[in-house]
Amino acid sequence: MENKEQYKVRSEPFYQAQGDEVALYEAAYNARLPVMVKGPTGCGKSRFIEYMAWKLNKPLITVACNEDMTASDLVGRYLLDANGTRWLDGPLTIAARIGAICYLDEIVEARQDTTVVIHPLTDHRRTLPLDKKGELIEAHPDFQLVISYNPGYQSLMKDLKQSTKQRFTGFDFDYPDAALESEILAKETGLAIEVCGKLVQIGQAARNLKGHGLDEGISTRLLVYAATLIKNGVETKAACRMAMVRPITDDADIRDTLDHAIDAAFG
Amino acid sequence: MAVEATARSEELEGYWQRLGCRFALVDAVFDECMKEALTSLSPAGLDAYLDNARFIGKMGRGAEPLLVYLEDAPRVAVLVGEQSLTDLREFAYYMSTHTNFKAIVPFLQTCAAAAECLPTQELFKQYVELVRDMMDRTTGSVHGHHTTFASPGLPEMLKQVPSILSLVPLGGFKNWIDYGIRYYNDHPERQIEYFSLQSADSKAVLQRERHGTLFIDNERKLDLYLRGLWQDPEQLVPYSQVFDSLTKPTPYYDDDGIRVPDVFDDLGDIRGIERYRAALAHMAAHRRWSTKMVVDNWSPFQRLGVEVFEDCRVDFLTMQRFPGLRRLFLALHPIPDERLLDNPEASAIRVKLAMVSRAMLDPDYEYKNTDIREFANRFHEAMAAGESSSPEMSRLGLSFIARMRRQSDLSPNVYFQDTEVDYRDDNRHLWIYLEKGDDEDTLFEHLDIKKKEEEELHALPPRHYDEWDYSNQSYRPDWASVYEMKHPGGSPAKVDALLEKHAGLAKRMKRILDLIKPQDKVRIRYQEEGSELDLDIAIRSLIDYKAGSQPDPRINMSHRTDGRNIAVSLVLDLSESLNEKVQGSGQTILELSQEAVSLLAWSVEHLGDPFAISGFHSNTRHDVRYYHIKGYNEPWDDSVKGRIGAMQAAWSTRMGAAMRHAGHYLKAQPADKKLLLILTDGEPADIDTRDPQSLIQDARQAVKELDRDGIYTYCINLDPKADEYVSDIFGRQYTIVDKIEQLPVKLPELFIALTK
Ligand SMILES: Nc1ncnc2c1ncn2[C@@H]1O[C@H](COP(=O)(O)OP(=O)(O)OP(=O)(O)O)[C@@H](O)[C@H]1O
Ligand SMILES: [Mg+2]
Repeated sequence: MENKEQYKVRSEPFYQAQGDEVALYEAAYNARLPVMVKGPTGCGKSRFIEYMAWKLNKPLITVACNEDMTASDLVGRYLLDANGTRWLDGPLTIAARIGAICYLDEIVEARQDTTVVIHPLTDHRRTLPLDKKGELIEAHPDFQLVISYNPGYQSLMKDLKQSTKQRFTGFDFDYPDAALESEILAKETGLAIEVCGKLVQIGQAARNLKGHGLDEGISTRLLVYAATLIKNGVETKAACRMAMVRPITDDADIRDTLDHAIDAAFG
Repeated sequence: MAVEATARSEELEGYWQRLGCRFALVDAVFDECMKEALTSLSPAGLDAYLDNARFIGKMGRGAEPLLVYLEDAPRVAVLVGEQSLTDLREFAYYMSTHTNFKAIVPFLQTCAAAAECLPTQELFKQYVELVRDMMDRTTGSVHGHHTTFASPGLPEMLKQVPSILSLVPLGGFKNWIDYGIRYYNDHPERQIEYFSLQSADSKAVLQRERHGTLFIDNERKLDLYLRGLWQDPEQLVPYSQVFDSLTKPTPYYDDDGIRVPDVFDDLGDIRGIERYRAALAHMAAHRRWSTKMVVDNWSPFQRLGVEVFEDCRVDFLTMQRFPGLRRLFLALHPIPDERLLDNPEASAIRVKLAMVSRAMLDPDYEYKNTDIREFANRFHEAMAAGESSSPEMSRLGLSFIARMRRQSDLSPNVYFQDTEVDYRDDNRHLWIYLEKGDDEDTLFEHLDIKKKEEEELHALPPRHYDEWDYSNQSYRPDWASVYEMKHPGGSPAKVDALLEKHAGLAKRMKRILDLIKPQDKVRIRYQEEGSELDLDIAIRSLIDYKAGSQPDPRINMSHRTDGRNIAVSLVLDLSESLNEKVQGSGQTILELSQEAVSLLAWSVEHLGDPFAISGFHSNTRHDVRYYHIKGYNEPWDDSVKGRIGAMQAAWSTRMGAAMRHAGHYLKAQPADKKLLLILTDGEPADIDTRDPQSLIQDARQAVKELDRDGIYTYCINLDPKADEYVSDIFGRQYTIVDKIEQLPVKLPELFIALTK
């Protein structure tokens, strides 16, 4: 049996609630309902789950999904070793055995034949069949499945199957409003709140351009990066350009506009 | 089509007859020209095109003017409006009757290039005026004779127009012309050298005029600026001051958009682009914070006073929001000289206003006048409490004028020096005059007319759909009646011509389409179990194993056939607003939609996805019309093309009902993935619904219902103001196409991106 403790979140992660999501999540957990968190990239989905795992004092196992991932990467596989073969549990199996919260990050990235393995875990059965091993695992009473999903991909092909979607309770995340987002930056990085407010202002200018040459605006994550750089002594405007503008676009006109927004905000 | 290359279709033959021309050269290109004209001109424009062409053909100057007109005029009309179809002919005729007929062809040959650089009706007209003026001044009459001789420089100059206009603004072009005329009007040879841009001084003068920042080079940047920093989607429209070089260019805004000069020079070390941004910031700030004031009873001085305080208020708020603009604003703001106030002979009213303006914005401004100080303090007190307001500023402005008036202010000798604030607009938007009066009675007349049209027969019995009532959070059962009917058909020629027009684009797209087209077999690598051994991976794993490290067990691959299983329904908004002309193009939104839909249909046909097209509009909830244009399994053939070609726009946009009806069919499709694309130019609305939120919320609800049925809805929105509501309805599943002209290119691209 794996050691539960190693998967516990050791110290309290900083999470700034945007609404009543903490209470709602607790309710979902108490009923052991599977949860889906939706929202644009870098808006705090992963941080939220980490915080909830800490608050509920449950182990958290996170899997970053990608398109080469197969069902075996989730449930486990036989490995070859000197004496023949040996079964190794995958992260989903471990979570089901020890009663962890299993967080499948960016589930849409995974192929659909992979996502179906979670189905029996998400309905009343709460079981996980290990076909190759011939074992049927009953999920531990504490086990819960959480998936994250960024609807901003704007591709039909990267949408989740209805039969998958309909197994989850949903949380919609978005970038927080200006005041709250500034507070998050300040608390997360220790940078003065006024400076954080300006970073947020620039972030919002970029979000206004979404659909006009930008696919996504500047995420909270990038704002945190910029704040961290500034806190560490990097010159303010240079930090903004490096963390907030360069990564998101190669379009010269948009760069120029955002560079100007930086100058306008900081003087 | 290829069988009878020489025979004209009946339609084209009709046009040819109207042209009434016998030149073989024209005959050879006529069909091509007509195809372009048919796709880019409105019916009225087409009439003007043919009538004016006929006139040019009969001017007695041979085939060439007519040829060039036929080829280039539609492009000009698209860029600067269809009025130009007649303007071009009139000017060509003017040239021909003023002995300058040799210049007709160069003029017509370069007018499309000129229109590219001067893309508004107003600018293009000014260009033609300049050419006319140059011609009049260089066309000479010999003393005592009745004969006149043609302008030597004109034909040469016209040939240079494309390169000149891409380098200098219209004002620079005028100065260059003036110089040439001043020095070479009496030397035909030298004049030719000058205007053909060969002589050294000609090049030097042009170089001298090449300064500043041109609007056309920065249009997108400025659009993004306004949108990004101010969330303001308003159109920017350039204007030129060629005929008024004395007054300083002052930006302004009105119903046509935000008007800015076509060029801004650098001012000291401030670049032109910064002047544009400062001016836009100031206007955007007015648009955000200013309210209109009734000013019938105010004297001109009082208006001057009020506007300075209001300008300062919005500047002050702007600098609070964007401290970086403080430097720019102050650098563009004069520092008035207080000593000018001492002269009892001259009016210093403008100086006082500029002083108080500077004092309000610049804490470091040094001056002694205690009245000014008092008003600056009162201003700061008002601003300390919050945003203040236009009325509060008007009270301050009026009492400032009352306090500062002197007899000398009426003196005709006014100090202007150092009193103008460069980035400020002329504030025409601030004032309301009641006297002139807009008559409000006519506003509601048109509503009655619609009633009459109700008796038209409906083909199928209606289907009823619930509508979401957001104020009660419940459905109104069977609220909207949807009548479905086949869209009337027409000739496929129009759509064929549209496709031909975009043949180049279609070719490029075909290459992309071939890439995403389902292959019979798709290889899936990295499989633990699969149909075949993947040798590359297997060998790598073996090496890993032999080397004692953990081998990758996913050494097989398998095949999947035909990965694409998508059904698509395209729903077109056919409401009245589609009849509007797209700014800067001769086409209506409807016409551009026809092009876009044709290209999309062609693409999807190529991919083989089941694809349906329908259109809708509504006239109250009792009459939502849903037009069948193409069914899922109907081939992309002449009857479908005919329906697209015959599409017409009228009435309103009850989007929710139409989406539900389209969803009703899409749901029944057997595909894995279902995509409902909706193309619209505005928000949902109908004449029986006052609350604008009501149909927006219903559409949002419809999207949710569709999502529950496994349908992915995506909106392509052509409304520049869509940011205000589109995400409420569609979440993140939308795109706003800013440049509607690009829709034909964008729509298929979007489809490909969505389904890749
Ligand atoms: N509400 C919040 N409280 C605290 N920190 C936050 C919050 N929202 C965002 N952050 C900050 O933003 C960063 C990015 O958040 P996170 O990694 O949770 O994003 P995400 O939504 O999971 O993004 P992705 O979809 O790209 O995985 C966090 O590391 C944290 O610094
Ligand atoms: Mg994450």
